[in-house]
Amino acid sequence: MKPLFEAEHLAYRYPQGALAVRDISLGVSTASLTAIIGANGSGKSTLIRMLAGLLRPASGRILLDGTPLEKWQPRMRAREIAYMPQATAAAFPFHALDVVLSGRTPHTGAWSLEGAGDRERAMGALESVGAAHLADRAVTSLSGGERQMVVLARALAQEPRLLLLDEPAASLDLNHRAGLMRTLVRFRERRGLAVVMITHDLQLTGSLFDRIVALRGGEVAAQGRPEDVLQSAVLSDVFGEPNVRAQRVGSQTLVWIEA
Amino acid sequence: MIAPPLRLQLVKSMAILALLLVVSTAVALAIGRQPIEFSKLLADPFSRTLFFRLRLPRVLMGLVIGASLALTGGALQALFRNPLADPYTLGVSGGGALGASLAIALGWSARILGVPLVFVAAFCGAMLAVSVVRAIAGTGALVLPGALLLSGVVVNLISAAAVLTVQYLADPNSALRILRWMVGSLDVVGLQPIGQMLLLLVPGWIALLAFSRQLHLLAIDEDTAATLGVNVARCESAVHALCSLIIGVAAATGGSIGFVGLIVPHAVRMMFGEDLRIVLPGSFLLGGAFLVLADALARTILPSGELPVGAITGLLGGPAFLWLLRRRQSYAVL
Repeated sequence: MKPLFEAEHLAYRYPQGALAVRDISLGVSTASLTAIIGANGSGKSTLIRMLAGLLRPASGRILLDGTPLEKWQPRMRAREIAYMPQATAAAFPFHALDVVLSGRTPHTGAWSLEGAGDRERAMGALESVGAAHLADRAVTSLSGGERQMVVLARALAQEPRLLLLDEPAASLDLNHRAGLMRTLVRFRERRGLAVVMITHDLQLTGSLFDRIVALRGGEVAAQGRPEDVLQSAVLSDVFGEPNVRAQRVGSQTLVWIEA
Repeated sequence: MIAPPLRLQLVKSMAILALLLVVSTAVALAIGRQPIEFSKLLADPFSRTLFFRLRLPRVLMGLVIGASLALTGGALQALFRNPLADPYTLGVSGGGALGASLAIALGWSARILGVPLVFVAAFCGAMLAVSVVRAIAGTGALVLPGALLLSGVVVNLISAAAVLTVQYLADPNSALRILRWMVGSLDVVGLQPIGQMLLLLVPGWIALLAFSRQLHLLAIDEDTAATLGVNVARCESAVHALCSLIIGVAAATGGSIGFVGLIVPHAVRMMFGEDLRIVLPGSFLLGGAFLVLADALARTILPSGELPVGAITGLLGGPAFLWLLRRRQSYAVL
């Protein structure tokens, strides 16, 4: 099957001249969960920001439905790809529902306002992440984790086919983390959503993801099915940590550090 | 309680604020040091002159400048994602005033394509101020909120010092003209100068209001706006240029009137919520009403003579700024 989204030989150069990412290729198919793992500074965020169209690659190309990303009209592209940044600043006390409603922008006409249908979908998105009770709260009054859920709902309200997430679970507690993964799995099953997610939670990647891409020093160190990537030798290499251990237990992979 | 749908909220807010503007304008036209008998307006030449040459232009000037300052204030706050931004705190008014005072001192009365050179100079000054402030505060993608305001204040101080220097070196006649609008005055004789301003301002207002949705998305989050289809770089440049144009023209005629652009958008937010598609047109209407009333107060509060309107807005706006600054500490800017 032809992938929904492909990146070919991507490289990114910092304005100062150093390469942050080089020769990264990956394909994402419909109804899949892909995890991007790697040490801090390995180029994960740079990669996902390129995929979201926020950074322009120095070389290589990104194809959505076989068409280069930059050839897509921004509004049409926004109907296909949603992006959730690592942390969002909140300068103004927008209501959570207003933030989620902004995700409907690509689906409303240039000069029209979001209507009742959009509000319903926005509320639905908030419900699907278990944050309906936050709808009328000011985002400035929310905790980091609560705000993450609102921003995730905003991305889901966009009704994309591809969802790019930069460490969405970073400030979530165990319960919300489980809720997030359940939501993503459900959208994968029911809507055929493709998800690319940066995470440091290796335990999570072992059971729920279809594919793992491991970065090291701006390059792909390993990619494949979780059971192939989550191996002691591979992880030691990716994180530069000789004492990391991984072991398959049933359909799960346990990852731990040996003291 | 969940806010009502946007369309309803928009209609309601615009109706209320438009009514407020009409009432304030009527009140401001009715009061003044010299009573006007409105029943004899057409018959009595004195009343007619007083009304059409002095009172009406003055009130309209307040409306036009107040609306311009508040609209640009709301837009700049969204653009920089900073609730304390306004033409005054960002040094844009100061830059515009410097450009205008240079033009006055040099006796430039020429026009380019019908546009007075003073306006062009003020626009360039305002544009330069925004660029300087942005260059200092911006570190790549991030604009530091504190650095933004500090550099704005410093650009304003430098502009004020430069205006003083220009004024000192200029001939006495020009110096007096510079001094008169430095304090912020809406004095105007006849409707013609207002017509000249509107020629530039109306397209500027319309174009800036057309960016309401993009600014709304930018105010929520810059990266998110970009992935929702906003061309962030183009939007930023356009809003810069439009704000510089509007503030330049306003500063070239009305001088620098402080804090209108700061407090009016916040008042609209408190009444009708954060959506920029309401805040921007709402600030336009409320800004007009606010300055018209402040000026009516300035004209009549003293037993003899009048207070510069900039003094009134400053006395009201300064404390409001401090209050916002204190409240802002509870805003989470990560």
